[in-house]
Amino acid sequence: MAFNTDKNIYTVVFAGVMVVVVGSLLAFMATGLESRIDENERFEKQQNILYAMGVHQNEGEGSVNFVGTDVVEEKFSKYIKKQLVIKGDSLIEDNEAYLIDMKKQLALINKGETPELPLFIGEKDGKELYIIPMYGKGLWDAIWGYIALDRNMVVQGVFFDHKGETPGLGANINQRFFMDDFTGESIMQDTRYAGISVAKGNNDPVNQRKDDNKVDAIAGSTITGNGVSAMISQSVNLYKEYLKTIRSN
Amino acid sequence: MALLTKKDTSLITDPLADNNPITIQVLGICSALAITAELKASIVMALAVLFVLALGNVVISLMRNIIPAKIKIIVQLIVVATLVIVVDQILKAFAYELSKTLSVFVGLIITNCIIMGRFEAFALGNGVWRSFLDGIGNALGYGVILVIVGFIRELLGSGTLFGYPVLGDPIEKTGLYATGYENNGFMIIPPAALIVVGIIIWIQRTKTPALIEEN
Repeated sequence: MAFNTDKNIYTVVFAGVMVVVVGSLLAFMATGLESRIDENERFEKQQNILYAMGVHQNEGEGSVNFVGTDVVEEKFSKYIKKQLVIKGDSLIEDNEAYLIDMKKQLALINKGETPELPLFIGEKDGKELYIIPMYGKGLWDAIWGYIALDRNMVVQGVFFDHKGETPGLGANINQRFFMDDFTGESIMQDTRYAGISVAKGNNDPVNQRKDDNKVDAIAGSTITGNGVSAMISQSVNLYKEYLKTIRSN
Repeated sequence: MALLTKKDTSLITDPLADNNPITIQVLGICSALAITAELKASIVMALAVLFVLALGNVVISLMRNIIPAKIKIIVQLIVVATLVIVVDQILKAFAYELSKTLSVFVGLIITNCIIMGRFEAFALGNGVWRSFLDGIGNALGYGVILVIVGFIRELLGSGTLFGYPVLGDPIEKTGLYATGYENNGFMIIPPAALIVVGIIIWIQRTKTPALIEEN
């Protein structure tokens, strides 16, 4: 049976059939794998939150090592004492607050609506930690992360990640040499919630000064660094009202 | 009847050396530069391309007589895109950590010129079995270079292989580091891959003078 593959009608029918076949195949796949993918994404969020509060398997000064996926749920319920959702003036406890998508909440703010902001209260070595999720823009695409604060508003740990920053440059915001510098910095400048800026030329490459609200930038990734600064300052200010109630200094 | 005739075997062996997609045809360089800082990522990328190229070649070859010439390229794109999404979803479900490292590049497979190149140059004009072999051969040729580059870059750049320290501890100064050796941070960034690929091409052309074009 020979087709006249040059006819317009044939081309249109072929395209139509192809779309239906490919569409159903992909839909079938997506449904089948959905539960596994969801689980992986849930574990990742838990690992990231735990990482920010210092629960990880890092050794020496090497790479980022999260707690294993086999124990992450157990550790998450052990270290995270409370998950809160801040909506306007009300505080609601919600054990699935960590699944809230910050991107959607920030979009609500831009529309002038009241967002639901998740906040996690963890406890490690007898110390209470307040972990705030962050979401912002890097050079190419989204960046996000978590910042863990104590009652003095001093950073106890951070975690950053990105969707598609430049490998070897901006992509290094999820590396330890960058993230570790934030620990010990205060987000306060007198009474202002200033956040922490990623600064070039602050003459403090090993980050010894912890009172300047600055960490050393990664050379060659100015825009990603600025994105990180803006993200921290925006998130801290979103949670300002709540932070005022727990601040001890 | 032998499963592989001599002609069939050359479909697999040619792209491994004298007709290598990266070093001779200089295709697929983009991903070769981007993901070869680690050996593990290189191998997964090679396997992903192997899967997509072999299966894609088979699908295109099966459809070669019914694809309307007017929308030939679009049909090829849909086939690659579908296969790539399948790979991406499977990685997300079963190898999540890897899928994060590769997520950008798995998307780049769609535009990997090796794949479109083999569809257009081979699968559209050849039978299913030969197209399958051609896909395997070219993907292996691509993979071999990726693995070599990944091996060199991870070893010299981080002193590790598959993430395991093989040269000693750079902080404690044990093993090779005790003699004053340092990791070369340059090997981790993409330009190093270009240089390594360049050196491979240089060695290959020196060993096989027939490959050198006449001016």
